Amino acid sequence: MAEYQNIFTRVQVRAGPDHGVDLPRHDSDRAGKPFFAYWFGKIGNAQIGPIYLGWTGIASLIFGFAAIEIIGLNMAASVNWDPIEFIRQLPWLALEPPPPKYGFMIIPPLAEGGWWVIAGFFLTTAILLWWVRTYRRAKALGMGTHVAWAFASAIWLYLVLGFIRPALMGSWAEAVPFGIFPHLDWTTAFSLRYGNLHYNPFHALSIVFLYGSVLLFAMHGATILAVSRLGGEREIEQVTDRGTAAERAALFWRWTMGFNATMESIHRWAWWFAVLTPLTGGIGILLTGTVVDNWYLWSVKHGVAPPYPDFFQGMGDPAMGAGQ
Amino acid sequence: MNIWTALVAFVAALLTVAMFVMADWDLPPVQNTQTGYRGTAMAEIDDIERLQVEIEANQLPDVPWELDTTGPRASEVYENVPALGHLSSDQFDRLMAAITEWVSPEEGCSYCHNDDNLASDEVYTKVVARRMLEMTWEINADWGEHVAETGVTCYTCHRGHPVPENVWFREDAPGPTRGWAGYTAGQNTVSVGLTSLQTDPFSTLLGDDGEIRVESLTALPTGHEASIQETERTYSLMVHMSEALGVNCTFCHNTRAVQDWAQSTPQRTTAWHGIDMVRDLNAIYLDPLQPVFPEARLGPLGDVAKANCTTCHQGVQKPLNGASMLGDYPSLRSAP
Repeated sequence: MAEYQNIFTRVQVRAGPDHGVDLPRHDSDRAGKPFFAYWFGKIGNAQIGPIYLGWTGIASLIFGFAAIEIIGLNMAASVNWDPIEFIRQLPWLALEPPPPKYGFMIIPPLAEGGWWVIAGFFLTTAILLWWVRTYRRAKALGMGTHVAWAFASAIWLYLVLGFIRPALMGSWAEAVPFGIFPHLDWTTAFSLRYGNLHYNPFHALSIVFLYGSVLLFAMHGATILAVSRLGGEREIEQVTDRGTAAERAALFWRWTMGFNATMESIHRWAWWFAVLTPLTGGIGILLTGTVVDNWYLWSVKHGVAPPYPDFFQGMGDPAMGAGQ
Repeated sequence: MNIWTALVAFVAALLTVAMFVMADWDLPPVQNTQTGYRGTAMAEIDDIERLQVEIEANQLPDVPWELDTTGPRASEVYENVPALGHLSSDQFDRLMAAITEWVSPEEGCSYCHNDDNLASDEVYTKVVARRMLEMTWEINADWGEHVAETGVTCYTCHRGHPVPENVWFREDAPGPTRGWAGYTAGQNTVSVGLTSLQTDPFSTLLGDDGEIRVESLTALPTGHEASIQETERTYSLMVHMSEALGVNCTFCHNTRAVQDWAQSTPQRTTAWHGIDMVRDLNAIYLDPLQPVFPEARLGPLGDVAKANCTTCHQGVQKPLNGASMLGDYPSLRSAP
């Protein structure tokens, strides 16, 4: 039984490398000679390559490299180009957006956050080009474009945080710094300034879909592994031709919770849960500060936040003369 | 292949060891005390071993000798004793002996006095010490809302060090970088409580009367314009307070509505007066001493060392765990 609890793939199929279907005439060739890597085979397909970059891939990598370079060099400049401090403090360093006094100026001074706008432009360009790539490669393979639209949902949240909301607020200073701990501090400060993001219903929805995605992923992975000895890994075939694996998996869930997804619907559930996580999250961020200024008070106003008993009796603002 | 496997295994082992060795773990037993309404996660969490360390670190120093307030006044016995001349000469000597133990145990009397002429004001530290006595009186007499009956003495801050260990100086206000890159807005480096928040929230919020309140007070936007950066500055001050007192956010706040006073604990009111007090002490007592200090004692921008919450609290909720020294030194209670 222990074999089913192994995190690694147990079967590696090895034949000649698969070069993929022929590409349309106007596309350039896939690049690189495919080879096999044993340890990659442990977690996925052992075949590495060929890869297709095309002009969108190459341009995306160049813009992405420029963005990372700008961020990294600014971090290095902030520690006076000291390589030891750069490594020691790396999680704390950041490229900070411009201060509020510059509003939404297109290029603020470089010494006061202008680099943030430039890095953001390059990073956004790189991401959008990569999106075009996922869309066009899916088309070239005759696939649906589900991956591209799921990616677009993540891009929506990214754009709301770094561009759309700052534009509506009229200030780059509302945007997120590029940095590891600094973006976490930004998140807390954002919640403190706007009265507790946990009372934002779209934030709540986003969490539901995030945790829901995790739950569905675990349920689905477990179900398929559990029926793989019965041919359950042939999921897509079993959408139309239910074998004993699909029957047993379905019965298992009907027994345990009265309802079951199907081999098709479980993938639609999972896709929508994943897509709705950043989609609803982005709406929640977009409404914060633009439409709602304090989510806790908004929730009190609409009867969402429950009142508690007056536990610390007689507490009041000392600046207003209370408790003196 | 094998070299790579070994390398990956080595890095994984290194990270695992680092996780155990470098992180600041609180080993059990941990003591949990509910402080607010049930279900609000308002609780004080104390590491019992750390509490023991704090008890040992906050012992009171010995009293020099029995207090005797009778006999001739210090002003009759000594020259140039404008602040303490009203004490008996014995009480005066006893206080001097105590202050030496509290502030300059290694340097001795000559840290403040010219050994050949104890009455002389030529050593700058003597002028500072006199002003600090006046500050102590004001704290004990006028800031009862923060220090209650416990009060403070020189030892509350100094703990055997001529300059209290926890002080702050002004840093450059966040502005353009000297070069053309590396803008940090005064943050994004290893800062208070291992955050990357502003390293100097004090200049604005404890050195001046900067606005600490950043959270909106209305459900919908009504022109309240505190920026994210100002919020981070307040957050930095709050992390400082949390570190200074060894408590978490819920010691003062119900974190579901951090700004709401009606849901806050009484400790928040005490802390509010504390902020007021520290601003007052920095502005009235410490900043004006700037011309008295030699350059070596001043900060990078030429200002004197100033106080924040850690200066007195030093990691515990009540300085010296709430023990009062004023009973043994009644002369520090208020100005004559």
